[in-house]
Amino acid sequence: MEKRVLTCIGCPLGCTITVEMDNGEIKSLTGNTCKRGDDYARKEVTHPTRIVTSTVRITEGEIPMVSCKTAADIPKEKIMDIMKCINEATASAPIKIGDVLVENVAGTGVNVIATKDVKAS
Amino acid sequence: MQNYDIVVIGGGPAGLAAAAEAKKSGIDSILILERDHDLGGILNQCIHNGFGLHTFKEELTGPEYAQRFMDEVFDLKIEYKLNTMVMDITADKIVTAMNKTDGMFQIQAKAVILAMGCRERPRGALNIPGYRPAGIFSAGTAQRLVNIEGYMPGKEVVILGSGDIGLIMARRMTLEGAKVKVVAELMPYSGGLKRNIVQCLDDYGIPLKLSHTVVDIEGKERVTGITIAEVGPDMKPIPGTEEYYSCDTLLLSCGLLPENELSKTAGVELSPITSGPVVNDSLETNIEGIFACGNVLHVHDLVDFVSQEAANAGKNAAKYVKNGKTASTKEVKIKAACGVRYTVPCTIRPEEMDDTVTVRFRVGQVFKDSAITMYFGDEQVLKRKKQIMAPGEMEQVIIQKSKLADFPDISEITVKIETA
Repeated sequence: MEKRVLTCIGCPLGCTITVEMDNGEIKSLTGNTCKRGDDYARKEVTHPTRIVTSTVRITEGEIPMVSCKTAADIPKEKIMDIMKCINEATASAPIKIGDVLVENVAGTGVNVIATKDVKAS
Repeated sequence: MQNYDIVVIGGGPAGLAAAAEAKKSGIDSILILERDHDLGGILNQCIHNGFGLHTFKEELTGPEYAQRFMDEVFDLKIEYKLNTMVMDITADKIVTAMNKTDGMFQIQAKAVILAMGCRERPRGALNIPGYRPAGIFSAGTAQRLVNIEGYMPGKEVVILGSGDIGLIMARRMTLEGAKVKVVAELMPYSGGLKRNIVQCLDDYGIPLKLSHTVVDIEGKERVTGITIAEVGPDMKPIPGTEEYYSCDTLLLSCGLLPENELSKTAGVELSPITSGPVVNDSLETNIEGIFACGNVLHVHDLVDFVSQEAANAGKNAAKYVKNGKTASTKEVKIKAACGVRYTVPCTIRPEEMDDTVTVRFRVGQVFKDSAITMYFGDEQVLKRKKQIMAPGEMEQVIIQKSKLADFPDISEITVKIETA
C-alpha cells in the first residue's frame, strides 16, 4: 500500500489530504474538507497535469525573448523534457499571440504557443 | 502647456483599465504616460498563467491578460506616451514629464488618475547583516532579467520571503536549470497562495522553512553562501539553529509597497497602513480631481480586482471632468477594527455613492472559523462566516446605497472579524 500526502490548492485552507493507493487504485482519501479537495487529490495522484510557461529566444524582434505556454495542460512528469525543447527552440519576429513556436512538444501532442505579440525590429 | 481632460500616470493593468473606462464614459481627451518601452506594466514579466479567471473565465498568462486591455486602449484610440517619466504632479493637476523626443513638458489636466503600481521592498529596508556582494536581487528584478532580458541571475539560489513572486521565481529558476536550495519565510505562515506553494515548491522538492530568516550573507565580490536561522515568537533568531547554504544568488520576496513619490508631490494624503492614498468611495484622494487605483492604492493579489477597481476610478474621473465637484453633503468613515487592518475606500458619501460600493480589506493574521461583520453605527448589518482568512488573500464586503439610506444619522461604518 502506497501513501501519498498532498496539500489541496482549492483555497487558502490548504487541507492536508492523505491518499492510500494500491496498484494505482485509490483505496482511501482523507483530510479534505470539501468536494474540491476530493476532486483535486484524485486527479493529482492518478494523472497530475500542469501548464508550462517559459520564454523562447527570438531573432529580429524588438525584444530578445517572447513568452510562451503549452496550449493545454501536459503530464507533470514531462515538464523537464518540455523545457529542454523550449530552450532549444528559436523564433523570428513578427510574432502574434497564439503562434505555434514548438509543435507537438516532447511528443505530448501539445503545441507551445506564444503569449505575447512581438513586432519586428 | 498642453491640455488634457484626464492624464493617467502609468500604463500597467490599472492605468489601461482606468483609461478605457474613462473613454467609454464619454471623455475623449485622455493621455496615458508610461515610463517603460511598452504598455502592460508588470504583467509583461509575469509570464506564468492564472490571470483573469474572474474577468475572462479562463486562465491567461500575464502578457495575454495585458494584451486584452492594450487592444481595448488601441481600439478606443486613446493616446499614450512610452519611455516617459513623470517628474511632478501639483495639486492644481499640472503634470511635468520628460522623454527623449519631447524633452521636458507640462500638461494641465482636469483630472489625474494615479496608477503607478508598487515596488519591492529592497535589501536596505530589511536589515540583513553581512557583506554587500553582487548576486542579491529582488525577486521581481530576477523575473525581469530572466523573462524579458533573457539572462539568468545565478545558478544556486536561496530565496528569502515566500511572497508569490518569490515562489514563482523559485519555479522559474528551477525550470531554467538553477538549483533553488531553500525558501526561508520570517512569518509562521506563507504570504503566497497555496497553489503557488504546491506548484512552484512542492512540485520541484524545494523546501519552505517557515519562521526562518537570513542572518548572514557571505562573499565579497559575489555571494558565496547564506546562513539562515529559525526565529522565535519575538521574530529574533534563535542561537544554535543556524544553517549554512552555499549559493551564488539571494532573491528577496519580502513585500510590496505602493509607489507614491508622485502622489506626495501633489499633497495626496497617504495611509500609514497601506502606504497608498486615502480615498473615498469614488477612489478620489484628498486632492480634488486626483484619483488612485491598482497597486499604488493598495497591493492586490489578483489583477482582476485591479482592473475592476481601475475601471471604477476611470468612470469617476470622467464624471468629475463632466460635472465638476459635487458639493459633498456628508462623509461616513469606514473603520477597520478587530483583525481588519485597513479598508479601501476609507470614507463613503451616502448621497453621491454608486448603488453598491465594494470595500476591500486585508486581515492582520490567519483566522479560522470566523466571520466578517459590518456595522452601520452600532447595528450589525452583515455577518458572513469564513472558514479561513489569511493576510495574503484580500477580502471584501459590499455596501448598498439603499441600505445605508436607512441609517441617515450614523457617522461611522465598522468592518471587523468576530467569532463565528
